[in-house]
Amino acid sequence: MALENTHVTSVIVEASEYPDLVQRYAIEAVPKIVINDRVELLGAQPEATFVDAVVDSVGEPTTATPGR
Amino acid sequence: MLLSDNDRKRVKQMLGAMVNPVRLVFFAQSLSCDTCLPTRQILDELVAQTDKLSVDERNLVLDKDAAASFGVDRVPAICVVAGEQDTRIRFVGLPSGYEFSALIDAVVAASTGQSGLSEASRGRLQEVASPVRIQVFVTPT
Repeated sequence: MALENTHVTSVIVEASEYPDLVQRYAIEAVPKIVINDRVELLGAQPEATFVDAVVDSVGEPTTATPGR
Repeated sequence: MLLSDNDRKRVKQMLGAMVNPVRLVFFAQSLSCDTCLPTRQILDELVAQTDKLSVDERNLVLDKDAAASFGVDRVPAICVVAGEQDTRIRFVGLPSGYEFSALIDAVVAASTGQSGLSEASRGRLQEVASPVRIQVFVTPT
C-alpha cells in the first residue's frame, strides 16, 4: 500500500527480536497488524478488509469491521 | 553462505522480474545488535543475484540525520528505495522466513512500480490524505 499512496509507510517487524514491542502491542500471535496505533488486525486478512482498515485509521469507520 | 543453492536459484529467478534499480538503505550498529551482521550477509547474497539491487549501509548512531529522515529508530532496519524515491517500505529485524519472502516481493514491486493490489483497492487508498503507519508483526517460520 505504501507504493500506492505517499502518505502510507509500511513496516514489517520481526517481533521476536523486540520484546518491548511485543509487550507494547500485546502480541500473542502473528501476524498482527497495527495501523496508526489505533486499528488492530489479527491474522492474514483479505485485501479489501486490510485496505478498509487502513482508510478507517484516518477517517470515519466504514461498514467493514476490522477483527481484533 | 546463508542461502542454499536451490534458494539462491529461486531468488535469482524472482529478482529477474526487476525492471528499475532498487537500493536497500540498511541501518545497523556495531554494538548491541546480534542480527545486524547476519542481516548484512543476507542482503549481500541478494545483491549478488542481480545487478539492479544494491545495499547502502548506514550506522544508526553515526548517521543520525539519515536515520531520522527514514524514520528509523531501531536496527537492523532495511529501507527500500526505488531509484531516488523512498518507497516508505521498511523491514525491521533479521529478514528470515516470511520476512525474507516479503523483502524480495517488496524489492520487485518497488522496481516495477506495481503493487499488485486490485484496481478497487488502489482507488480506495487514494482516500488516504494523512500519514498512516502500518506495522506488521511476524516471526520466523
